[in-house]
Amino acid sequence: MKRIGLRIAILAIVASAVPSWAGGTDSAGVRNCTWCHGASGQGYMVAPRLAGQRPQYIEGQLRSLREHTRDNPFSKQYMWGAVAALGPNAARDLANYFATIAPKAANDGDSDLATRGRTIYMEGIPEANIVSCYACHGPDAEGVRDIPRLGGLAYFYLKSRLEQWGQGYHSGAGSPMPMVASHLGPNEIEALASYLSFVK
Amino acid sequence: MKTICLRLLLQTAILTAVFSEAGHAQERAAASGGLQAKLEYCKTCHGLQGQGYMGYFPMPRLAGQQPDYIEAQLRAFIERRRTNPIMFNVAHVLSPSMLTALAMHFKKLDPKPFGGAPRGSLSEGKTIFQEGLPEANVPACSACHGMEGKGQNEIPRLAGQLYAYTVGQLMGWKKERGQGSAVDTSAIMAPTAHNLTRSQLEAVAAYVSYLQ
Repeated sequence: MKRIGLRIAILAIVASAVPSWAGGTDSAGVRNCTWCHGASGQGYMVAPRLAGQRPQYIEGQLRSLREHTRDNPFSKQYMWGAVAALGPNAARDLANYFATIAPKAANDGDSDLATRGRTIYMEGIPEANIVSCYACHGPDAEGVRDIPRLGGLAYFYLKSRLEQWGQGYHSGAGSPMPMVASHLGPNEIEALASYLSFVK
Repeated sequence: MKTICLRLLLQTAILTAVFSEAGHAQERAAASGGLQAKLEYCKTCHGLQGQGYMGYFPMPRLAGQQPDYIEAQLRAFIERRRTNPIMFNVAHVLSPSMLTALAMHFKKLDPKPFGGAPRGSLSEGKTIFQEGLPEANVPACSACHGMEGKGQNEIPRLAGQLYAYTVGQLMGWKKERGQGSAVDTSAIMAPTAHNLTRSQLEAVAAYVSYLQ
């Protein structure tokens, strides 16, 4: 029963978002994601890694994208359409699927900035009212519940997300990130994104 | 198919270049030494109304907390009598007058409790809170924290406190509080925390988490 439901949901996504890709196999929904997010969901170019991400976070973001709460330019251009017909059950199945894949670190930041980035991650900069990332994202940037894993995401993705919050874009309702990021300058953002890209 | 994908990637690459230029707008960081900026900093983790927040660690509710307690704890972090790697860094840059001003601010906030605690043993929690467990040498919590759990002076408010936070504190009392050789008031709670079983402290933590 569940399988049929999933298949229907997947077909619905495929049919509405990208009709020409509709292959009709059970993995069509997953393939629609990996098309941009890379084989095994390890991320590709601007599309973030989904492998090993917290399932509750993926699910929440899919909801935010569907409700147009997550509103940065790439989300608007690609993801709003991609999730338009994605029902809650299909979203949960996809989230659980990607969460179980072992994540690989992007390792693409500036290694000279990693030490500085680690200090900011662990301690924040209290004098400048920059909070510690560790308090919410955990000692190994592994995330918890709907708080995302950051360790090993691509430098570019981390950097643009941190910039975008400071520019007034949103991710989900009630996220403290806009407030957090508004205190970060370009140097801190580069250091954090570099450090995190190397975290296993 | 392949060309579509390539075009998509090219498009994204171009967009990327355009949008990263727009970045770097915010450089307020270093300049902000004032009370408002510091309050915003506290509330990033402790909730916009000071109601608490569940990060990787539970961030306790500060709203309605006794100012004497907040000040005492911030000093304990600074002097490392209370072990907490995050709060040491947070607290050691605060001036004594900032410390007082922050504590006074949180006293005035009154959001609804954070909620979410299991409801299975609320009545057991209420009994422990109001009557204690005489046979286990656990005094009534209300004797010091007040019948409504509002606390007084250096005795903290428990009403509306996050369940996970209270459980964590009671479980780890002797490892976190009263460290070093200086005597502080945290010693008062040590035997009580020790005498509560896991299920008893969970019951009482759940009960106080729903007090308004």
